[in-house]
Amino acid sequence: MSLLRITNLSVEINHKPLLQPLSLTVTAGEVVSIIGPNGAGKTTFLRAISGDIAATSGSVYLEQTPLQQIAPRTRARQMAVLSQHNALEFAFTGFEVVAMSRSPHSTGSVLDLEICHAAMAAMDVTHLAERLYPTLSGGEQQRLHLARVLAQIWREEDAGQRLLLLDEPVTSLDLGHQHQLMAAIRRFAATGVSVLMTVHDITLAAAYSDRILVLNNGHNVACGAPQMVLTQALVEEVFAMPVYILPHPQTGAPIVVGKTASEEPPCD
Amino acid sequence: MSSGWRSWEKTKMSDPRKRRRHITWIVLNLLFGTSFIAAIALGSVALSVTDITSALLGLDRTGFARDIVLNIRLPRAILAATVGAVLAVCGTYLQGMFRNPLADPSLIGVTAGASVGASVAIILGGGAIAGGLSLVSLGAFVGGLVSVWLVYRVATGVNGTSVATMLLMGIAVSALAASMTGLMDYLADNESLRRMSLWRMGGLDGANGSRALVMLFILALMLVAMSRTSHALNTLLLGESQARHLGVHVGRLKNQLIVWVALGVGVSVAVAGSIGFVGLVVPHMLRLCVGPDHRTLVPMSALGGASLLLLADTLARVVLSPTELPVGLVTALIGAPFFVFLLLRHRELIR
Repeated sequence: MSLLRITNLSVEINHKPLLQPLSLTVTAGEVVSIIGPNGAGKTTFLRAISGDIAATSGSVYLEQTPLQQIAPRTRARQMAVLSQHNALEFAFTGFEVVAMSRSPHSTGSVLDLEICHAAMAAMDVTHLAERLYPTLSGGEQQRLHLARVLAQIWREEDAGQRLLLLDEPVTSLDLGHQHQLMAAIRRFAATGVSVLMTVHDITLAAAYSDRILVLNNGHNVACGAPQMVLTQALVEEVFAMPVYILPHPQTGAPIVVGKTASEEPPCD
Repeated sequence: MSSGWRSWEKTKMSDPRKRRRHITWIVLNLLFGTSFIAAIALGSVALSVTDITSALLGLDRTGFARDIVLNIRLPRAILAATVGAVLAVCGTYLQGMFRNPLADPSLIGVTAGASVGASVAIILGGGAIAGGLSLVSLGAFVGGLVSVWLVYRVATGVNGTSVATMLLMGIAVSALAASMTGLMDYLADNESLRRMSLWRMGGLDGANGSRALVMLFILALMLVAMSRTSHALNTLLLGESQARHLGVHVGRLKNQLIVWVALGVGVSVAVAGSIGFVGLVVPHMLRLCVGPDHRTLVPMSALGGASLLLLADTLARVVLSPTELPVGLVTALIGAPFFVFLLLRHRELIR
């Protein structure tokens, strides 16, 4: 059953098309990653879905209801969005940042506390609860925000169907936390949440996604299971770079590695 | 009793910020109480505690002390407290809306516009009109509202209100207003010039019962109307799009904030002239103590602003007694050193 249905969504700003008409459906519990070079329209696509920028044409449905027609508070219980840049100058504690996520709910402070602690544990930020946000590193801040959006749609009984949109959730994190958090997002999706996110690291996207959507110049180039989509020809064309695609020794998922430019004469 | 104590112990152990919040509440309440009593007791005529209590309780029906307390000092203390509270709360709202701890009510052009209005009224002669309000007050109020309206209209487009444009427009309107007041200073005769510059320093010497009641009414209305927005204002600190994704009607919230700030500051300036510093520094100081959560910050700012202006006004009346200093000069005189002290203590937090 499709939870998120996007039909012919396109975005044009100052007569410059940023996103060509694009359709996509995401079912409950599915993780879909959007990959593509810089300026391909990944973030534009996510922002048009979440309503941050107005789409020129097309529509977005959340369970048969157009997204714009859902009241903001009801929508906030069903859909959580993490943008790429989260500037916060004020000295909230880590816990206070995460606790903001529960403001659309009326679940009571005891339950909210429990949910925030669970989300913080999932994102490995429990130890940051009493630290002040501006004193944290970029990666720690990012993990706190991830915990916040997870806590926002933590329980199925608060909302019914749930959707999570993430714009480069793990880009600023170290290797260990990248995998730890992608696995946590995967487990979160398994509770029935649809996840749509942009990812820069193709290998990471391939390891943790059910499907991959490849964008280039605002066009949908390919969409499907990682093994099907990530062919050498396609990756080389989209990213304008010669690559090897190797199977992961454990899982067989595709690993993308750039070829070293050997045709250049060696320097003496 | 013992369980209450234990739970207090528990919160104390679990969260240092919560403990600091308890302490700040107690300190603020004590400070407010003391400064209110001081404002009534001190002045060119010193009154004893018995004089004050009997006057306030209506035991003393004819005396000299009763006249001083009920007709002069009580209205003035209420006016000082309410103006201080309104200015500090408006500063808190603006700092939240601009996501910038340096924002203050003068940033959106209210104060500058009010100066123009007041100067025009003074040049025109500025007599008293009905209800204890003067033409100068009316001019200041209208001037403040007109400039906020201008700032707001220019900053509001099809995509809602742009906070950055509002900031720039505030600078433009303030510059325009400054040159207009300058022009009027240049054209004014000596007596008007003196009145205009005194007005700009702010003063509560025009206090009377009706002004005090007007301000009390505005403060109460503002706190009631905005009481449910503190949480939304917190999420706004994450950015407008994040606030929207957390279910906040961002456009509606910003409109509400602008209207209340314009009204609050406009009326404050009308009854007490331009008093700087309170709106900028009180919320800032309290944020350093208890954190940026608006659910505690707004009521604490109200208490803090009230206390600061009460103390400043009492000092202004007492120092050169029987002459009065303009209270706008004294607020900074008390506030600035304390602010510097806090900045030095919390330097690591301010990047």
